[in-house]
Amino acid sequence: MTVADGTSTGIGLRHLLSTEALRRDQAEALLDTAAGMEQALTGRAVRKLPTLRGRTVVTLFYENSTRTRVSFEVAGKWMSADTINVSASASSVSKGESLRDTAATLGAAGADCLIVRHPASGAPHRIAAWLDRVGHSHLGAEGHVAVVNAGDGTHEHPTQALLDAATLRARLGRVEGAHVAIVGDVLHSRVARSNAHLLATLGARVTLVSPPTLLPVGVESWPVAVSHDLDATLGGDAAGGAPDAVMMLRVQAERMHGGFFPSAREYAIRFGLSQARADRLADHAVVLHPGPAVRGMEIASSVADSSRAAITEQVTAGVHVRMAVLYHLLAGEDVA
Amino acid sequence: MSTIRIRNVRPYGEDPTDLYVRDGVLVDTVDDPDETVDADGLVALPGLVDLHTHLREPGGEEAETVATGSAAAALGGYTAVFAMPNTDPVADSPVVVEHVWRRGREVGLVDVHPVGAVTVGLEGSKLAEMGMMAASPAGVRVFSDDGRCVNDPLIMRRALEYARALDAVVAQHAEDHRLTVGAQAHEGPVAARLGLAGWDPTAEESIIARDAMLAAAAGARLHVCHLSTARSAEIVRWARGTLGGARSGFRVSAEVTPHHLLLTDTAAEDYDPVHKVNPPLRPSADTEALRRALADGTVDCVATDHAPHAVEAKDCEWSAARPGMLGLQTALPVVVTTMVATGLLDWRGVARVCSEAPARVAGLADQGRPLSPGEPATLTLVDPEAAWTVRGAALASLAANTPYEGMEMPVSVVHTMLRGRWTVQDGAVQESGEVQGEVQDV
Repeated sequence: MTVADGTSTGIGLRHLLSTEALRRDQAEALLDTAAGMEQALTGRAVRKLPTLRGRTVVTLFYENSTRTRVSFEVAGKWMSADTINVSASASSVSKGESLRDTAATLGAAGADCLIVRHPASGAPHRIAAWLDRVGHSHLGAEGHVAVVNAGDGTHEHPTQALLDAATLRARLGRVEGAHVAIVGDVLHSRVARSNAHLLATLGARVTLVSPPTLLPVGVESWPVAVSHDLDATLGGDAAGGAPDAVMMLRVQAERMHGGFFPSAREYAIRFGLSQARADRLADHAVVLHPGPAVRGMEIASSVADSSRAAITEQVTAGVHVRMAVLYHLLAGEDVA
Repeated sequence: MSTIRIRNVRPYGEDPTDLYVRDGVLVDTVDDPDETVDADGLVALPGLVDLHTHLREPGGEEAETVATGSAAAALGGYTAVFAMPNTDPVADSPVVVEHVWRRGREVGLVDVHPVGAVTVGLEGSKLAEMGMMAASPAGVRVFSDDGRCVNDPLIMRRALEYARALDAVVAQHAEDHRLTVGAQAHEGPVAARLGLAGWDPTAEESIIARDAMLAAAAGARLHVCHLSTARSAEIVRWARGTLGGARSGFRVSAEVTPHHLLLTDTAAEDYDPVHKVNPPLRPSADTEALRRALADGTVDCVATDHAPHAVEAKDCEWSAARPGMLGLQTALPVVVTTMVATGLLDWRGVARVCSEAPARVAGLADQGRPLSPGEPATLTLVDPEAAWTVRGAALASLAANTPYEGMEMPVSVVHTMLRGRWTVQDGAVQESGEVQGEVQDV
């Protein structure tokens, strides 16, 4: 573990835009660092590492998300970064300033890192490309503004997948070889995309469980199996085994009325994680949910509150993972 | 008017000969011509005709005007363009189409034929005054709601029937909008991975099939705009064959854009909306099928769908960007890359798909004519060896949204002539002015 003494930890990461582009060694380094962060903070009276002192981290959120924004902010503060929150409703965004101008302004104003959530898939990629094209005097000739994708449209949410992997590591002791069922609205889910890629990269076996209307055309090209029958998947698939983890995706209200499935009741019956279904899981199996959960819809309250569910551990892991991401992007090789 | 000798030129890429021009017409020979142009090695083609151009005037002059779009057209080898009606105001009345037509005449670099809207305001609910647009000086013979589909089958049926009496063609932007709500990119593995809402090809194919059946029943002429999938081409083939014996007057034609012949859906991978276009870029299986369909005549012609957009409409996130890309100055080189270099077409074939066929679809009598004595001296001279590199900022359009930035194009348009007058010489636009000779619209 190199965080505490702050020696070189470069893993070749300029931005974190997707898990699809993440190599296995990079992903494992991030997870190792996150575990190290947890150790470094354990037992401290003051939960503050000096690692990012003098660095400025800006969260730029075009969608509301208290949990993700707070998680990044806490991660930055625990590493002594200056954190600034910009939200769409509170800034010039609502006056119609373009994404490019906003990003350029924040870069020129001295941000070292932009953490971006945006309803348009690919928006963080665009920002990274724009910022890479211009120099930033406060960062020197070699410096650049690092961009972290905190959720873009229906594309990816890489830190969510990293925190899920960190949780699985902690609970199962491994990710490699584990069978993970991801259940719900895959079509509109950036969490599902990021997890499908990252879990495959880390050697897990993934089954997506969803009605055909909530799967993207072209999903056959993903490194996953597909099922339309939750009970069959819970009973074990042809590849040999019941899931070691079940990840429930949130069903958003607008989907319920969008004609993707007949009714909330039918969805809950066919794809909800009821107590009866949870009881069929192996003893060691974990239940994950990225939150906020719609209790009674995709997950029964009794399951969400059971010891099998790792929902609050996921939140805690989120802070450590985001610390690791900021660390590798900002401290990198040149930390003193 | 002057006499011109074009020396040592290769009509349709064939054996070198001399072409002579007198009073805007090709003639057998001229003694002592006023002007001689050395055309060693250049290929002569009839002036190109674009059935699908967005000139953006009136209302979108920050992206393109009739003047700048005409210059881009002439530099691309075009002598006639059809200006789509999705302007502001919409070209759905005699006043607007006549304005665009007059602006084209004033600029004088290319014959500008306004396309009239099928429905008022492109809203799909009430037929525009097609007859009055047809009777106006602009002489409109092509009607389209391009950018939008005439989605209502009854309105489409009425439009086809009504156009029949005007000897006009309805050019359909085939897209069932119910199937493409929020659509951003071709529905398939690439869009699934990028998290972009998929554009279901069935939205295009089902409308083409429906419209062909409506047109067959009405004995009307249907033109399919920017056909983009292999199955769309199959449906056109089926319509010609199976429906071919329908009521007399029935005819279905189709166009394909250069970008659907060359570019594929993977271009979206960097999320740069310069590649966002409607219909979207398709997988390579489709581009290959479209090349074959163009070669075998199933798809009649190439049309650019030249769609200029101001910087701010493209320099943004993908879903916020406007669809469309520049095409006039790159169309011919892209056709050479995709069709000639691959052996699918020779220069005769290029003349067919870029000039003769589109002129026939639109009913133009004085465009797309043979390079023969007695025919209009409307032609373009191409250097088949002069490669160039595309720079959006260097194109004649006000906008710069070319998807080919930095790409090498294999051939260059050197000269373009409209009825005996140079509109482009040595790759430079010639001073514009009143069109000499009569513009024929029918």
